Amino acid sequence: MSKKMNTVVSVLIVASILIILNVLVMLRVIDEYASQVLTIAGINVIIALGLNLISGFTGQLALGHAGFMAVGAYTTAALMMKLHLPTLVAVFGGALMSAFFGFLIGLPTLRLRGDYLAIVTLGFGEIIRVLMINLPELTGGPAGLKGIPTFTTNFFWRPVLSFALVYLTMTLVVVLLNNLLNSSHGAAIISIREDEIAANAMGINVFYYKIFAFTLSAFIGGLGGALYAPFFGYLSPNMFNFQKSVEFLIIVVLGGMGNLTGTVVAGIGLTYLQEILRFLKDYRLVIYPIILIIVMIFQPSGIMGLFGNKEFSLTRFVGKLAGKQLSGEQSSDKAGEVQ
Amino acid sequence: MTVLKTENLSIQFGGLMAVANLNLEIKKGELVGLIGPNGAGKTTVFNMLTGVYKPSEGRILVQDRNEQNQDIGQLHPYQITALGMARTFQNIRLFKNLTVLDNVRIGNHLNVKYKSVEGIFRLPGYYREEKRIEEECRELLKIFDIEHKGDELAKNLPYGEQRKLEIVRALATKPHILLLDEPAAGMNPQETLELMDLIKYIRERFALTIILIEHDMKLVMGICQRIVVLDYGRMIACGTPAEIAHNPLVVKAYLGKELENDA
Repeated sequence: MSKKMNTVVSVLIVASILIILNVLVMLRVIDEYASQVLTIAGINVIIALGLNLISGFTGQLALGHAGFMAVGAYTTAALMMKLHLPTLVAVFGGALMSAFFGFLIGLPTLRLRGDYLAIVTLGFGEIIRVLMINLPELTGGPAGLKGIPTFTTNFFWRPVLSFALVYLTMTLVVVLLNNLLNSSHGAAIISIREDEIAANAMGINVFYYKIFAFTLSAFIGGLGGALYAPFFGYLSPNMFNFQKSVEFLIIVVLGGMGNLTGTVVAGIGLTYLQEILRFLKDYRLVIYPIILIIVMIFQPSGIMGLFGNKEFSLTRFVGKLAGKQLSGEQSSDKAGEVQ
Repeated sequence: MTVLKTENLSIQFGGLMAVANLNLEIKKGELVGLIGPNGAGKTTVFNMLTGVYKPSEGRILVQDRNEQNQDIGQLHPYQITALGMARTFQNIRLFKNLTVLDNVRIGNHLNVKYKSVEGIFRLPGYYREEKRIEEECRELLKIFDIEHKGDELAKNLPYGEQRKLEIVRALATKPHILLLDEPAAGMNPQETLELMDLIKYIRERFALTIILIEHDMKLVMGICQRIVVLDYGRMIACGTPAEIAHNPLVVKAYLGKELENDA
């Protein structure tokens, strides 16, 4: 079986898994509660993937992705409610607005080496939240923004459509990010994490690639938020606090910095864990840090570190099943995509 | 033809004059050695030439790929590399967690002719270019006889091969001036001999002008056509290896003051 065949088979597998899951949601085999949790997990994964791009692959710690999520969510809501744009256009608009903010923040801070980005993004996340509280005509203020048009009002189709859109977006983000990171431009981004001075000496415009990665990261973060608005139909500034930003960071660290598969697995796993632990009430917030501490002590490279930090590659997997070793073939698909 | 020229190049760190009034002129195709005792300012000179440090005074003129002289005083390191001057580092700065091939591929960055969008969507340009890049990189690795280690992580290479990989990576930027900072450090005598041959070979093959910092005198005396000696940031001698070996100032710098009228 040729490489091309492997890719085709992989695409078919991913597509069929997506369709099967959707049918399961449709038939309510996955009940409404579970599908809602899974959808939130998907959104968390999307945002964490964005964060992983800048923190895991580019090596620039960012602590304000809840802020980008908020910008994406509120912009989408505003575009839908005030300008009555179609949902998908509004979602794209929200992500673009978030990317714009990312670009603005990156412009002064990414010139510097070190942890300045972490400090500035930390501030940014808080500023956005406070802005959202104090701009009631646009955001509903502290009480929150109600009545955002959802993907569909049809009671039966709503969970199905939300689930499908979120997971389709997530799959696209994973595949396209993986494509980018395996290209020479992606190698340039990763080289900045490895050694900024050497990257510069190799002719890489470090500042350009940092801005590029950060803007894209903000775009993806905004995209997650943008999907959140019409999925949930309600937004409140306190959903986007610092704790939320840390949650994304924990997903990235637990999955493994610089590993897409890990982010997908950890994102879905941790979101689910949070639901399972609901009976613990407030104590469940203790579980998160404990997990993080244990990971930091025993497995600092994250869960994917157990597998040599390699990405799971569906095409390679298919190739192996077909009995043909593809030496070093990088795949375009990850099966982590759909749990 | 002069490819690299410094005029009164000086740099000050606080009160310390690390390099003072350095006037260098390097001709096309020359192989020049830069030597001096520890702390003489050799690496500082390299750092100024490659834009890591900005000189406090003086000018650096470098011939670009179109044989035009450029003042590189205000350029960033990546822009200087783009002009055609590449370097290696004294304390190896490989991308340790990436494969050997990826290290070279990153060196090839300036010759990537497709846009990131083409990479994200894997358009035909991506496949064509990536194939060409990989072939070129493997070709370079072959010269240094580490092609079979292309898929290993850079950090897992033995020390000598890491030094070689640094040179390969610098060559991948397609320079016409190559700055080597202690290429033989940590190598055994046998490896050093091989390295000397390699340096001669790549100089011919890629028509390079090479400046190298080295403490291994056998290597320096063996391959350099001209040697520049620094001491306390000043050039104290410049000449052929034979002249340098017998220059009293150089001997004094290395061995301390000669005993007068040896009694």
